[in-house]
Amino acid sequence: MKRALVTALFALLALLPRRALAAPIHLWHAYRDDELAALVAILAQWKGEPVDAVSLPYDAYNAKLAAAIPLGDGPDLFIAEHKYLGDFRYRKLVAPVGDALEPGVFSAPALAAVRDGEVAWAVPLSNKCVALYVNTDLVSRVPGDLEGMVDLVGTIRSPSGAAVVPLAFETRNAYYVAAIFSAFGGALLDDQDRFGLVGPAAVRAIELDRWLIEKHAAPEDADGALVTNLFGSGQAAFAISGPWLAASLGGKNLHYRVEQLPIVRATGLPMRPLLGVESVMFSPTGAARAEVRALARLLASPEAALIRARYGTPSARSDVVMPAGDVRAFAEQALTAIPMPSSRAMSAAWDPANRAIRKVLRRDVDTEVALAEAKHRYDDVRRPLPEGTSPLPALLLLGILGLWGAFRWTQIVRAPGFGAELRRSAPAYAYVTHAVIAVGVLVIVPLVLGAATSLTAGNGDERRYVGLANFVSILTARGGPLLTTGSFYLVLLVTVFWTVCNVAFHVGIGLALALVLSRPTLRLRAVYRVLLIIPWAVPSYVTALAWKGMFHRQFGAVTALLYWLDRTLGLDLQPIDWFARFSTAFAANLATNVWLGFPFMMVVTLGALTAVPEDVLEAAKVDGATRWQRLRLVTLPMIRPTLMPAVTLGAIWTFNMFNVVFLVSGGDPDGTTDILVSEAYRWAFTRENQYGYAAAYAVLIFLMLFGVTRLGARTARLRAQAEAT
Amino acid sequence: MSNAWQEKAERVSPLESVASHAILVLAVAFALYPVLWVVSLAFSGDRPLVPEVLPIPHHPTLRHLTAVVTTRHGGDWLFGRQLANSIIVSLATAAVGVIIAIPTAYALARFRFAGKERGLAALLATQMFPTVASAIPLYLMLNALHLLNSRTGLVVCYASTSVPFAIFQLRAAFEAIPVDLEEAAMVDGATRFGAFLRVVLPAARPAIAVTSLFAFMSAYNEFILAATLLGREEMFTLPVVLQRYIGEYDQQWERFAAGALVVSIPVMALFYVAQRHLVAGLTSGGVKG
Repeated sequence: MKRALVTALFALLALLPRRALAAPIHLWHAYRDDELAALVAILAQWKGEPVDAVSLPYDAYNAKLAAAIPLGDGPDLFIAEHKYLGDFRYRKLVAPVGDALEPGVFSAPALAAVRDGEVAWAVPLSNKCVALYVNTDLVSRVPGDLEGMVDLVGTIRSPSGAAVVPLAFETRNAYYVAAIFSAFGGALLDDQDRFGLVGPAAVRAIELDRWLIEKHAAPEDADGALVTNLFGSGQAAFAISGPWLAASLGGKNLHYRVEQLPIVRATGLPMRPLLGVESVMFSPTGAARAEVRALARLLASPEAALIRARYGTPSARSDVVMPAGDVRAFAEQALTAIPMPSSRAMSAAWDPANRAIRKVLRRDVDTEVALAEAKHRYDDVRRPLPEGTSPLPALLLLGILGLWGAFRWTQIVRAPGFGAELRRSAPAYAYVTHAVIAVGVLVIVPLVLGAATSLTAGNGDERRYVGLANFVSILTARGGPLLTTGSFYLVLLVTVFWTVCNVAFHVGIGLALALVLSRPTLRLRAVYRVLLIIPWAVPSYVTALAWKGMFHRQFGAVTALLYWLDRTLGLDLQPIDWFARFSTAFAANLATNVWLGFPFMMVVTLGALTAVPEDVLEAAKVDGATRWQRLRLVTLPMIRPTLMPAVTLGAIWTFNMFNVVFLVSGGDPDGTTDILVSEAYRWAFTRENQYGYAAAYAVLIFLMLFGVTRLGARTARLRAQAEAT
Repeated sequence: MSNAWQEKAERVSPLESVASHAILVLAVAFALYPVLWVVSLAFSGDRPLVPEVLPIPHHPTLRHLTAVVTTRHGGDWLFGRQLANSIIVSLATAAVGVIIAIPTAYALARFRFAGKERGLAALLATQMFPTVASAIPLYLMLNALHLLNSRTGLVVCYASTSVPFAIFQLRAAFEAIPVDLEEAAMVDGATRFGAFLRVVLPAARPAIAVTSLFAFMSAYNEFILAATLLGREEMFTLPVVLQRYIGEYDQQWERFAAGALVVSIPVMALFYVAQRHLVAGLTSGGVKG
């Protein structure tokens, strides 16, 4: 049997095709649609060695580069935004481009973006920044300055009569606020990597942003999709956005032009957007190859620039005249744009900056206070990592444990009856060995290695053993008060509360529906059952995003429901900014996760109910038990053994439910709805990739869950014993 | 299906029946509302931005659906390949998970052996460790085995969750099958293994089918690992393709919704087919005795 299994497995693996043969030049990119078409057209001009161009998903792009290049499995050259250069250089994923960079042909901001001193680390291809879109069907004239947008409120009507907001942009996003901030002379990060969004200029910039919203000149809670929608549907006269907006306006009957961003009246200076420079970078192996450098020169050539311009992307070259229209307008805007800092520190600046902006816009706290808090958070994340310590004590401990284990082992082996026990167990081992090996290799080994990471700090070459420093830091709340936002203990409380609420609703709703559904006299039983299982069948990330959309303050379906209740019942309900307060944001997460999870409990309970013997219920009825008594005293105790494992597993899943928290509230407001797993995720991926710290969180989560379930099992055993006696 | 929560003698009053239906209709509305929004978005042409209660597509169009389904690359029908990838990977995950789990689950249900309790506790414990920390070592291991960028590698990853899950599920199912059945077969001269093959496995068919369905579904819907491990467009599974419609700047929600619809339909169909067994298969074994 086992041999048959193994053969079947190998046969299955052999069915799956092998990797494609390697091509001489490997090029990676994350392009799609128009940008991809442009790249294909440019590569068609290449006459050298064959190029294997690989299109990767954007989200996983950097992670793949970081994993593949050090292992020699990566590309020779790849296209990425210059803002990652700091990180790529730190991880030694890139090498200087040398003669691939043609001198004297690129625009000054683009060159500044890819150069550090005299060394160029990338070859600029195209400039990406935002500019001002003008809907010429709605307005003919652009106000003289940003503040002038307020004068337009209520003066513009769309042909359909819908209200028009003067200026659509992502008012809560630091990327856009940075453009306003630049007119006040500030930048998110100074050249010494210090947090820049502080001081009087920052206060004025954010308060100007808030003023625009409060005067209804700009939407209060707009993400990129909403800006596209507002402008694309003629419900915004102006929009601050990038070339991607033009791409999605393609099929629409809408007339627009692109202009430079306006000046800010308060200072008389122009808004300067952040500049992203799409560039070609070389992996260390790729940089050494002449043909790779030649390919990079082709990608950055004037011909390529014109091809890209045809597809709507402005070139980073200053010697190629862009065709009139959007592309030229964006190219001109790029000349005054400020290159995004490519320092690694930037990744740690976004989250505090965004949180502070949202707090100010909600008027939660004073602007100065919010910004000081943001700076404190930034500095906290950037604090120097613990020094390496000698692993000797740990190795010693490991050695002692090993010896003790060996001693125990010999004791067990020598104990009388062991041989008999082993012989008795032998038939069972024939059934389980392969699974033990599979689980050991696939589950236990990565888990142990992951747990071991928690004893280290730093990335790449700088990874070092730091003992329990990460744990000490987490458990002392990084030296701050124990119950502040983001401290381990507060997050733990939220996580426990989250788990308890979810499990209560899952079990409650699941049980109630199962009891109703299991009545044999019920009509349409099968139909109900299928419909109620649907939330389980839809991919959870799809529905999590759908729920987030439903909770949108201005345009969400929940808001619509509130309006509808207002109209029909004459109530006076106001739309709720769901993610502005802990209670409502938590409720939104909870609603989503309850929705995702109740079908599982319902099905489990239905199954358990089928096993409740009828005669027992009959007997109870004959004895005069009411329905409630029968449920409480007969049914529930009988289904409890079936439900308990499902509830335990459900509680564990909920405790670690990353998707919902991350996709629905994203931790809003101010990180208060984050649970331990999403906090760990932030340390691993948005706070300078502190994997060791994230792993320490994971180990703590594991220890707590393990402890609680062991405790639960022990009390269950004790209770069973008590009942037996 | 014989049902225990039967109250034949007790007449169901009309009021009670109405109440039951009211509860169920409310629950169904709660369950379907977000799904209907996704459906409506997938078929919407131009949406005016006003909050709306009812998920009804505006200017209905099949544009997004056809755009998603007919994605091509070169002369290849890219979407078709990606659908095939999804199905191959998910089928393989289900097969590997269940095949590894069946004998183990049987041993756990029927034999007493040294290390059984500890093994079970350890298996449950592995479910408690957040993947955020074990994903990176797994990635490095796959790389060492040259399994990155391959469907095999993805199946190996998915098997790491489907095997423990299948073991738990099937153990409960085997425990529910009366021992007498096997013993009778063994009295008739069958070996233990023969009895397992010819008596226990057929009796556990619904549970095996349902466990396979869940393993299939979890692989079919997964995208974080798939996006990290797969490097070539023609290797992508459908959730990765979906994810790409939501870029950093450019978010094509209608396409995303249309894709989500296409992705969900096969799973829904499977659920529909399996739903009769779902209840029996999932928990047939939970109650001991």
